[in-house]
Amino acid sequence: MNFDDTPQEAAFRAEARAWLDANAPRELEADLKKSGFASMNVGDRDPIAVSKSWQKTKAEAGWACLHWPKEYGGRGATPIERVIWGQEEGVFSALSGTFTIGHGMCGPTLMAWASEEHKRRLLPTMASGEHIWCQLFSEPAGGSDLAGLRTRAEKATDGSGDWIINGQKIWTSGAQYSDYGILITRTDPNVPKHKGLTMFWLDMKSPGVEVRPIKQANGQSSFNEVYFTDVRIPDDQRLGEVGNGWKVSLTTLMNERLSIGSGMPTGFPELFDYCLNLQTMDGPAIDDAAVRSRLAQYAVKASGLKYTGMRAISALSKGETPGPENSIGKLVAGASMQELAMFALDLQGQAGVLNSPAEADAAGRFQAMLLRSPATRVEGGTDEILRNIIAERVLGLPGDIRVDKDVPFKDIPTSGRG
Amino acid sequence: MNFDFSDEQKQLREEARRFLADRCPSTAVRAVLEGGQSYDKALWKGLAEMGFLGAAIPEEYGGVGLGHLELCVIAEELGRALAPVPMASSIYLAAEALMVAGSADQKAKWLPLLASGEAIGTLALAEGVGRTTEATIKTQVSGGKLSGTKVPVADGDIADVAIVVARSGGGVELFIVDLNGPGVTRETLESIDPSRGQARLVFDGAPAEQLGAAGEGWRTAADVLDRAAVLVSFEQVGGADRALEMGRDYALERMAFGRQIGSFQAIKHMLADMYVAATLARSNAYYGAWALSTGSPELPVAAATARVSATDAFQHCAKNNIQVHGGMGFTWAFDCHLFYRRSNALALGLGSKSTWEDLLIDRLRKRNEAPAAA
Repeated sequence: MNFDDTPQEAAFRAEARAWLDANAPRELEADLKKSGFASMNVGDRDPIAVSKSWQKTKAEAGWACLHWPKEYGGRGATPIERVIWGQEEGVFSALSGTFTIGHGMCGPTLMAWASEEHKRRLLPTMASGEHIWCQLFSEPAGGSDLAGLRTRAEKATDGSGDWIINGQKIWTSGAQYSDYGILITRTDPNVPKHKGLTMFWLDMKSPGVEVRPIKQANGQSSFNEVYFTDVRIPDDQRLGEVGNGWKVSLTTLMNERLSIGSGMPTGFPELFDYCLNLQTMDGPAIDDAAVRSRLAQYAVKASGLKYTGMRAISALSKGETPGPENSIGKLVAGASMQELAMFALDLQGQAGVLNSPAEADAAGRFQAMLLRSPATRVEGGTDEILRNIIAERVLGLPGDIRVDKDVPFKDIPTSGRG
Repeated sequence: MNFDFSDEQKQLREEARRFLADRCPSTAVRAVLEGGQSYDKALWKGLAEMGFLGAAIPEEYGGVGLGHLELCVIAEELGRALAPVPMASSIYLAAEALMVAGSADQKAKWLPLLASGEAIGTLALAEGVGRTTEATIKTQVSGGKLSGTKVPVADGDIADVAIVVARSGGGVELFIVDLNGPGVTRETLESIDPSRGQARLVFDGAPAEQLGAAGEGWRTAADVLDRAAVLVSFEQVGGADRALEMGRDYALERMAFGRQIGSFQAIKHMLADMYVAATLARSNAYYGAWALSTGSPELPVAAATARVSATDAFQHCAKNNIQVHGGMGFTWAFDCHLFYRRSNALALGLGSKSTWEDLLIDRLRKRNEAPAAA
């Protein structure tokens, strides 16, 4: 049992480190280190521009999308090399956030389902950051029940073979600056819901695509609604067969859950530092028995996630597939962060209510965490869906009884009061 | 990176699991629980013969000379089987104390007896209700004679030798006391987990031999408790996993309202949360195992982390296993209560969870303040 690199891993790490030493954008380092929770700090610079610039530099030297095949703009690296790269890239990996959806989900989906010509055309510019991609899945009527989506794709009546898209997507990260997207639609409402879906990729600048930012509960706007009004998509941009969209979407979602060692933040190091320095009537907060007990609980969760990640990395290092234990990350981190934020505000007493970075203690870090953390427990699979996944796929318990499974989509009730 | 047990260690775990499935079914646990005997003597002898007791004891002292990682995988299986034997007292505590602080003579005298199971050891630390600290120790040694009362002492009723934490001169030191010698009175006490024994030891001028260098007693005791905490965390992880499996199996088998109860989300989500707790605890226990086996300066942090996490997980899984079983889980006939009892006994055995939470924060703080923090 050890945390040591194998000789090959050590050689790869040395190569990555040497390249980063020579090429990393050091001018951004100080600002990036000041990044708050769920927001990247690059000073007064344009975040998209600096992200694209660093991605391009990496791509030109073969350090972008490491695990992708070389012909699609990657490096053909092993999964463990990808992890090592992430460790070495360190603070600069925050600059990849803009591309996460594309590289993590759209890319693998195209790789599995797009034509060879499209792959060679689209993937290298996705890898290099020249083009940003988004994923158009969730809808107001289809969140956890993704297959309940209602955006329609119908064959054009002009004989072109094109598809005409009408409907609405929601919670689309980065749609406002995306060049392309993958889109799941309903092509047949007369069959049960999972069977009438079809996937496409599309140009986000197509006529009829309208992106509107969502003002979130925390006041920020990082997600969007995307409206489709008679948007035309050529049939050769279809991914998979007509009616096979559910299976295609699973490729995407599987990849979402395969990101290893990404280290979901729990907020523990920040809270620990805060309690070390926070003075109360009775001395430093960390000397208070109740505070210590709570801190210990958060500490073992943060540690448990860290070493669960190490176990997954070890499996990759041995060429094995990591076990299902990796599915607990977001479930633990999301709930932990929310509780921890509330606890931090409690320690601040009445002043915990203040929220401007100038007035609030710890520069408002915990207030931001409090207001953002509800989203962590919902996005990319709610806590409840994650528990279902653990119960069904890991523990082998029965799936939910689905009353809509064999019902034609158009006959599924849509309102409890209807 | 290889943050995992080796193939050989995993084989040893399988071997231990097969052995215990055969020799330690729940009827064996119940035989001790229901009062027929104070521990399973035949199982203890079998564990010695398999080399499990002496796994981490050097060959020159009658052990097998493997190491602590091997002892960890054995501990996991003992925890899974709720083995009613004095493993923690004799091996994780007494043998570890001797290996950490014993002179060559002391090791030569006691370790072979502990490795072979011929003698049983224990650590006598607590002196009644409340948290035990260096300041609360009242047991006294003067002129080589030990007097005072230790309660509770795990396996104190069956042990042949105790490592006793006692005051001597200015400070707290460790002493070896032959419990079969003069000046020792023992009384068996009832506990929440009668599958493991608890006793009161009253010393009245019992001959005591110092273990370790003068002035080092409390520090050594803390080190020994850290080592034992890692090993017990594996027992807890093993127990948590088994309780989770029992709950899962019952949820698949039991029908109510015309469906398997495991198809209800209330039950599924409870089992998923048990899995989460058990997974976090396993990963933290591995961290402890790494620190213990490599002699890392991280051991104090790792041991407290493993201890708190494993205590949480075993208690969480054992109590919710009863909940999944419903009324049947509260019958004497079902095994759920065996896990519930053990999970709560192990939560206290080396010091309560709140004690370890406190230690963890102290140690994280110390590490934070260290100039070259790891």
